[in-house]
Amino acid sequence: MGIFATSPKARAAALVAPPLIYSLLLLAFPLVAIVVISFWTQSGLNLDRTFTTANYREIFSGPIYIWGNANRWGVLPLSIFVSATVTLITVALAYPIAYFVSFVVAPERKSLWLFLITIPFWTSYLIRVFLWKVILGYNGVVNTGLIELGIIQEPLNVLLYNLNSVIITLAHAYAVFAILPIYVALEKIDRSLLEASQDLGENRFTTFLRVTLPLSVPGIVGAVLIVFIPTIGDYVTPELMLGSGGRLMSNVIQTQFLQLNNWPLGAALSIITMLAVGIVSLLFILLNRRWLRGRA
Amino acid sequence: MTALIQLRGIHKHYGDYHALRGIDLEIRQGEFFSLLGPSGCGKTTLLRTIAGFETPSSGTLMIDGKDMAAVPANHRPTNMVFQSYAIFPHLTVAENVGFGLRREPMSKDQKTKAVAEALAMVGLSGYGTRAAHALSGGQRQRVALARALILKPKVLLLDEPLSALDKKMREQMQVELIRLQRTVGITFILVTHDQEEALVMSDRIAVMFEGEIGQMADPETLYRRPNSRRVAEFIGKMNILPGQVGMEGNRIVVDVAGLGRGAVETDQAPGGVVPGNTSVGIRPETLGVLFPGETTDRRVAEGVVDEVVYYGDMTYYDVRVPGVQQPLTISMKNIIGRPVLEVGAPTRVVWDERSLVVLSR
Ligand SMILES: Nc1ncnc2c1ncn2[C@@H]1O[C@H](COP(=O)(O)OP(=O)(O)OP(=O)(O)O)[C@@H](O)[C@H]1O
Ligand SMILES: [Mg+2]
Repeated sequence: MGIFATSPKARAAALVAPPLIYSLLLLAFPLVAIVVISFWTQSGLNLDRTFTTANYREIFSGPIYIWGNANRWGVLPLSIFVSATVTLITVALAYPIAYFVSFVVAPERKSLWLFLITIPFWTSYLIRVFLWKVILGYNGVVNTGLIELGIIQEPLNVLLYNLNSVIITLAHAYAVFAILPIYVALEKIDRSLLEASQDLGENRFTTFLRVTLPLSVPGIVGAVLIVFIPTIGDYVTPELMLGSGGRLMSNVIQTQFLQLNNWPLGAALSIITMLAVGIVSLLFILLNRRWLRGRA
Repeated sequence: MTALIQLRGIHKHYGDYHALRGIDLEIRQGEFFSLLGPSGCGKTTLLRTIAGFETPSSGTLMIDGKDMAAVPANHRPTNMVFQSYAIFPHLTVAENVGFGLRREPMSKDQKTKAVAEALAMVGLSGYGTRAAHALSGGQRQRVALARALILKPKVLLLDEPLSALDKKMREQMQVELIRLQRTVGITFILVTHDQEEALVMSDRIAVMFEGEIGQMADPETLYRRPNSRRVAEFIGKMNILPGQVGMEGNRIVVDVAGLGRGAVETDQAPGGVVPGNTSVGIRPETLGVLFPGETTDRRVAEGVVDEVVYYGDMTYYDVRVPGVQQPLTISMKNIIGRPVLEVGAPTRVVWDERSLVVLSR
């Protein structure tokens, strides 16, 4: 084979070339296209290819997307708020589960537990969202259950078709992605460090605060980013759970592209969302460097 | 004066496995005590029992007159230097050393000063702000020591603290540890499987086998008068020969196959005398070879050099003596003017009764 006779660098280049081309085509090219289109405008059915910042001006001038008004948040801040809440809930619930599997479960049972944790994720995402509709709906499991028990008389309306249901569904959907990185970080902690802490006078709780928690920060950071970034882009859940009422960023973008056929505005909204997610994530990482001192 | 640490009939079971089988120990205040034994004999288990990380299945442990059964590790007057050092990777050197000071009633300045002193004590002044993961093995070991000693424990427990270091570093740290122990006056309990390390450092050594203490004595007694075959084989080099032992009146008489009969003192049978077949131990340095032209008034056996191993300061000979089951290993110092014998050279082996140890068990 020709490439094995060449220099190590050339060989490495030859080996990474196929995936590189693949990712260029599938990732870089669409991204560049989005950036370019966001500076164009839609005129009727055609794209007007003169460079303009009109789309961005539209986004920043009105109240809808960013600034909001007295009654209503802007779509972007609301989306960030929802994602942040989902992230907080998911990570807060995932941590005890990961801790349990790592520290309480016997070593030979751990893979079984991880396997069990992933079982709900064998079903399609869409089906899980519909399941939550069945659980939370007007005539759903929760409402009928509570009525049967005599705790409530009328079905609760707060469960479905509002942000609560989006948050519940997303938090469940992303649980595994939060559990796994935290679990890995906890597994990596040398158990003799916990004994050393006890030996130096700390009890189990203070040992957790002074040793386990700081050492698991890399896992928490990973979990936060893994949950936060895709939940902003998730459009299926809000689409199904919000009904026609509220809209989140992903739905607004989808509407621009597919219903209003305004690709340039959709592209500009995508760019703004990506930048916002990037900035929030960066701030989080910096905060972590500065205060939590999570060292890998 | 009563002992600082008392263990009475300590047993430890891990499921079916009987890891500690009735350990009785007393360790005095200020003593440098070592637990020595082959891998898997239960040294770490015993040390962790004293530290409070393992609960004995039965038996009592007293430290400073208090029963430790209900005292968790974080309230025991012991501190430990872990085999892996267990340095907190997310903290600096100074934060590691000061970790245990959080609960001490000291001002911030006092704590900073205590940390600086502890670092100076182990020769790491100025390393305080370093990240813990940027340390060499020897430096980690010193940080672990400083971190434990800063709390002024009654007992410092060390689990093979030197095993990760190279030979030169290890020898240097041995000397430093001895000096440190003398200055701070804290009782040290050292776990090691390195017999030389135990001999060099300890006031007293307990040799463990399979969850039991085989012999407990000061280094010289342990080396010169091992009480059993397994202790003799574990510590240093020893020729072990078959023989007969018996009493003649109140004298102990030993007959070593191929060397001959001789009377020995009671201290040469530290494991007691069971008349009949026995093993007899002879250290290589208590034997000698006669070079051509030399004479001696000690006892002599004719033999032939079978093997020569030259160590620089010493030469080890294996000498075949007719009637002796295996070649005798003999070590000779290479003093000025002394030749090194060749393989196949005829020679005479010098020995006397005081070299013998009766190893009945
Ligand atoms: N948690 C445990 N569960 C089951 N068996 C154990 C446990 N801890 C130790 N053992 C067993 O107890 C025996 C003694 O172990 P220990 O760690 O005390 O040996 P050691 O003398 O320190 O050996 P080494 O020199 O190799 O460190 C070993 O056979 C070990 O397999
Ligand atoms: Mg051990």
